[in-house]
Amino acid sequence: MSEKIYSTVPPTPGSEPYWEGAKAGKLLIKWCRDCSKPHHYPRGVCPHCLSTHLDWKQASGTGEIYSFSIMRAAKPVYVIAYVTLDEGVTMMTNIVDADFAGIKIGQKVKVVFKPSEDDGKLACFTPV
Amino acid sequence: MSLKGKAYIVGAYEHPTRKAPDTSLAQLHAEVAKGALDDAGLTKNDVDGYFCASGDTPGLGGLSMIEYMGLNVRHIDATDTGGSSYLVHVGHALEAIAAGRCNVALITLAGRPRSEGMQTGTAPRMGNVQQPDVQFEFPYGPAIANMYAMVARRHMHEFGTTSEQLAWVKVAASHHAQYNPHAMLQKVVTVEDVVNSPMVADPLHRLDCCVISDGGGALVLAKPEIARSLARPKVKIIGVGEANKIQGGGLALDLTYSAGRRSGKAAFEMAGVTPADIRYASIYDSFTITVIVQLEDLGFCEKGAGGKFVADGNLISGIGRLPFNTDGGGLCSNHPGNRGGMTKIIEAVRQARGEAHPKVQVKNHDIVLAHGTGGSLGTRHVGATVILERE
Repeated sequence: MSEKIYSTVPPTPGSEPYWEGAKAGKLLIKWCRDCSKPHHYPRGVCPHCLSTHLDWKQASGTGEIYSFSIMRAAKPVYVIAYVTLDEGVTMMTNIVDADFAGIKIGQKVKVVFKPSEDDGKLACFTPV
Repeated sequence: MSLKGKAYIVGAYEHPTRKAPDTSLAQLHAEVAKGALDDAGLTKNDVDGYFCASGDTPGLGGLSMIEYMGLNVRHIDATDTGGSSYLVHVGHALEAIAAGRCNVALITLAGRPRSEGMQTGTAPRMGNVQQPDVQFEFPYGPAIANMYAMVARRHMHEFGTTSEQLAWVKVAASHHAQYNPHAMLQKVVTVEDVVNSPMVADPLHRLDCCVISDGGGALVLAKPEIARSLARPKVKIIGVGEANKIQGGGLALDLTYSAGRRSGKAAFEMAGVTPADIRYASIYDSFTITVIVQLEDLGFCEKGAGGKFVADGNLISGIGRLPFNTDGGGLCSNHPGNRGGMTKIIEAVRQARGEAHPKVQVKNHDIVLAHGTGGSLGTRHVGATVILERE
């Protein structure tokens, strides 16, 4: 079976570094210089304090599953999940390269990049 | 100034159709408007405030529908919070009437997802690409069903909630739907039927999901002087609340609770009543888990105890402590336009008037509640609560 090619949604002004990072195999998270907190999904304005003084920083790429669902109604079946990164933010993602029946909340996972349209890459997670 | 009692629901109408391939969206809106005005004993010329949700109303905001129906209004509100919009509108119309901005408010909902062949819950829908979350979420396939499924999975993990407990919500709805000749699913089902139905988005089965239907509904609200001049039973609005829920920039994601925690508190405080005073509740039931989370957040039971609360028929009229959705709800009867808030209020009005089906009419009660969540329980949403009293 050929590998799934994920959808690519065009970036909005300011989000390009996230997608360029993904292409280079890096998961980038936005951090605020003023309130020192991370956030996700990435924004041009900090959702904690509305500062625009933000930096992209590479995340460790590891975390644990907060919740998940195996989408049985879809073909092919896929697993949507929220993963809480070691940096503290939770992101929507897919769990891939895994035995779906063995996936559990609290399971340790690491980022793996999967191909998306227009030669892009998408951050998914796989059990450690 | 308290808004308590400053307006009444004087007209309510649910379109009997569940599939409308030959009726336009605009006509459905107008038909439910006529139905609710007839129910009230008013005409369109009495309407001076129009409320709709921009997402299910054809045209810019309410402008096209106002012209289509030949209205002349002095107050317009096209607030869209998804399925909870119409509960929000009741609160907004109450404010507008109390402020003298209108005397008679019309609220309409219509939709035709069934005729349009929409895969409502299982196909991810991409919003406008300017919507800031879309590029970071849509590629992962967030359909409605799997987002609510993640809520259910987390609820099970934290509180030990079971698939059988979720199933009791559907069982109760089906007990009520058997008496509704318009309900899409009129067959009484068992817990086994639900847990043995095909898995859609693990842990939610097909029978944990609501129906997909065309149709709509409308409400007419009026100031007290007008309500007292009409022949219908007096249903007073005594409490409203609306609130949103967010993920705190990714630092505060908690799928186990909803905005109902805040909207319910506001509505109960305005009404001066507590959950113990409520003998009938319309609770938005997009999925079985939706009901359990909202019941907890409204205070009908402790957080985490929703699974135990709904088990063993506790939501069935004539059997349980809290009869809910006595029309069969979205789970069995109708979910017009994929938006369940309107039908929740309509059945609450029927209960308050004593006009629900005799087999499901709750006896000896004056105060009813309607509550809904719009958007996604798993991402971002708005909850709204309305408390009504039969005068």
